[in-house]
Amino acid sequence: MAHAEIRLSGFGGQGIILAGQIVGKAVSVFEDRNATLTQNYGPESRGGACCAQVVMSDEEIAYPDIVEPDVFVAMSQEAYNKYYEDVKPNGLSIIDEDLVVPKAVKSGGRLLKMPATRLADGMGKKFVANIVMLGFLAAVSDTVSTDALKEAVKSSVPKGTEELNMKAFQLGYDHGKRLPAATPAGKE
Amino acid sequence: MKAEKSILSGKHFFQGDTACAEGGIYAGCRFFGGYPITPATEVAERMAERLPAIGGIYIQMEDEIASMCAVLGAAWGGRKSMTSTSGPGFSLMMENFGLGIMTETPCVLVNVQRAGPSTGLPTAVGQGDMMQARWGSHGVYEVIALCPSSPQEAFNLTVRAFNLSEKYRLPVLVMMDEVVGHMTEKVVIPEPGELEVVPRRESRVAPDAYLPFKPDADLVPPMVRAGQGYHIHVTGLTHDERGYPVITKEAQEKLVRRLCDKIRVNRKDILSWEEREAENADVLVVAYGITARIAMLPIQMARKKGLKVGLFRLITAWPFPEERLRKLAGTVGGVVVPEINYGQMVFEVERCVAGKAPVRLVSHMGGSTHRPEDILNAIMDVAKNK
Amino acid sequence: MEMKETHPIDDLIRTDRIPHIWCSGCGIGIAVHCFLNAIRKSGIPPKNFAVVSGIGCSGRVAGYVKLDSFHTTHGRPIPFAVGLKLANDRLKVVVFSGDGDLIAIGGNHFIHAARRNVDITVICVNNFNYGMTGGQAAPTTPVRARTSTTPYGNFEFPFNLAYLAAGSGAVYVSRWTTLHAKQLEDSMLEALGKKGFTFVEAISPCPTLYNRMNKLGTALDFMKFCKEHSVIRHGADPKTANIDLRGDIVVGRFVNVERPTFTDFLEEGLAQGLPHRKALLDEERKEFEHE
Repeated sequence: MAHAEIRLSGFGGQGIILAGQIVGKAVSVFEDRNATLTQNYGPESRGGACCAQVVMSDEEIAYPDIVEPDVFVAMSQEAYNKYYEDVKPNGLSIIDEDLVVPKAVKSGGRLLKMPATRLADGMGKKFVANIVMLGFLAAVSDTVSTDALKEAVKSSVPKGTEELNMKAFQLGYDHGKRLPAATPAGKE
Repeated sequence: MKAEKSILSGKHFFQGDTACAEGGIYAGCRFFGGYPITPATEVAERMAERLPAIGGIYIQMEDEIASMCAVLGAAWGGRKSMTSTSGPGFSLMMENFGLGIMTETPCVLVNVQRAGPSTGLPTAVGQGDMMQARWGSHGVYEVIALCPSSPQEAFNLTVRAFNLSEKYRLPVLVMMDEVVGHMTEKVVIPEPGELEVVPRRESRVAPDAYLPFKPDADLVPPMVRAGQGYHIHVTGLTHDERGYPVITKEAQEKLVRRLCDKIRVNRKDILSWEEREAENADVLVVAYGITARIAMLPIQMARKKGLKVGLFRLITAWPFPEERLRKLAGTVGGVVVPEINYGQMVFEVERCVAGKAPVRLVSHMGGSTHRPEDILNAIMDVAKNK
Repeated sequence: MEMKETHPIDDLIRTDRIPHIWCSGCGIGIAVHCFLNAIRKSGIPPKNFAVVSGIGCSGRVAGYVKLDSFHTTHGRPIPFAVGLKLANDRLKVVVFSGDGDLIAIGGNHFIHAARRNVDITVICVNNFNYGMTGGQAAPTTPVRARTSTTPYGNFEFPFNLAYLAAGSGAVYVSRWTTLHAKQLEDSMLEALGKKGFTFVEAISPCPTLYNRMNKLGTALDFMKFCKEHSVIRHGADPKTANIDLRGDIVVGRFVNVERPTFTDFLEEGLAQGLPHRKALLDEERKEFEHE
């Protein structure tokens, strides 16, 4: 994909920034294209809305900020409320369905609901919800290649947790592939 | 020490701050003395992790005054040394930045600029320290200040900052900004030897014949370090070539003129900038750091509207590339200077353009980068007045 | 035949910078003499010594000793010395400065260097005022004392430097007056031989300013005063080791303890986390020693 913008959001402590780093690394290191990651967060490192923005392109990226995200991921209500309107009209929104009650989807847009935190909890490791979400993203979006994302996960998580994280990634990926179709616009 | 082992050659996805630290390591930095401050803390954190593992020293000092002093001390102890900070800490470092200038001590000082004055917006971007970089310490002197626009450039320019500091013997400033510091992007670290790394300019003269502040033809004196038997004296007072204090206007004239001239005379070697379709442009945008990058979007928008818009990106803010800009000024219809302050580098631009074309500042008090449309409007406006 | 006059410590003095700027009767010269004798007795080659001073009368010491010497900014010799020492562990780094420099403007650096136990020796000549600039109040000026900025007497309590150093973590703390030249020299020698942050306070007259403004007589009178009023109390709790130029001065070696240094901790931590670091350090030291 030539140019795409992804915004990952949630609350501090969910590993949102790490998820953004993984996406950016997948694109720039493992696909050898270009990506910029910028982040918005308050002074707190726990709680509060936080957001990782990845711009990716085959070309040199002049403007590193997000203009209109093609993909918007929300893992908290606060973050969802703050950012949902910015998404591109035909863009894709993904929410953690246990944590976010969505609003109406823009006409032409897509909304996907999935239980990242619940799935991670099922593994007994709630903190890998971010990686579950990335697996899901790989399954439902063609912005980043699955192999590159996997490589990026492996090289970004703490040593010794690679297997656990790959399991989490696969869980999210399988969930995404099993999903029948996106909720059509205007139905929420 | 085998420097090769410590260089992480290859492709990475690094923050500007991390890239800056890795640039230091590539250049041979083995001492970091600093104090945590947003948004420069990640430079220190990277160094705290990396330096001890490769035979270097990391120390968190009690404040930024002490940090700057420790970095100078370490340089005289024989190590390449650096520190990093942001606005409030930069103010505190100015005192001994001056000592570094006066004692011709090679080292690197990184300022990841945030919005001020005072505590300001600790986590958000500013470009308000550009004049402080030039004039922030008291007295008469010249500086070198480099402005990276990307994490890759944060790496490369930190290497260059070390090289310039060793070549011209002075503390060199890397004037980053919060967005470049915190932005993550592909950073390619070259193999050892691929980038030039300038070693310390060591004296080969025997101790009894050595004059620590006797310059070579390029006005820079070779250096020794403590412990080599040279019994050097190094002072912040005005001094002669022996390093001894001489409190006269003649000694002041000789020393301070040389300290300035070693930069002025060698400016061609130091100066660095980037031009994109700058000659004969309808409008020339002059910018630096993250703002130069942000400006590319409005520049492209204006080009789509049929205007010829060029970019002149400052890489060395100080010394300022005045000859080139003076020349360009005669060929362009107007100049737009966006910066995240209420006008600093624009004064230099105005000085060089000298009335040959209208110069428009696009100011911003800080906290974010410019809205592209604000720069675009200024471009269109200046073009209209042509 | 012309005889060249020499002094026994000429080889450690920048004789081309003599005469020095210190007043007749000042104690700084005695402290310097003790220091240079201590260097000689230490057996450590002079080229391994580096002296760092700040600003003030005692700040000029760096300019007269024929050693690698650094005359830094006001209050900042300690952090400069910390960088110098950590960059080259083979150096014996000594900070030689005054009470105003080290304890007022440099007070924060002083307590933190002691806390970190960086391996440096700090020699402080305490003359109770700012001599270089004409006798202003210092953080050591006794209560009610006259200085050019306390014309109605000093309204502030002074620091007890030995107590401050000990409380901050110095592993060696002593105090002598410049009358006690022999003990001062021995004490400096002891401090130089000890690993960690060591502190030697040298009480000195300032005959031109402090002593004159406080009617304490001539330099010789001050020496007599020190002889009569100094109480040697080794091992005394520095908290109780008062200085009052109208009463007794408690002198002696107050603290002499063992505590790991910054570098000890660094190497220990690395030995656990990064065993290969030790080899790197050794390699680097060899590189320095090759010269």
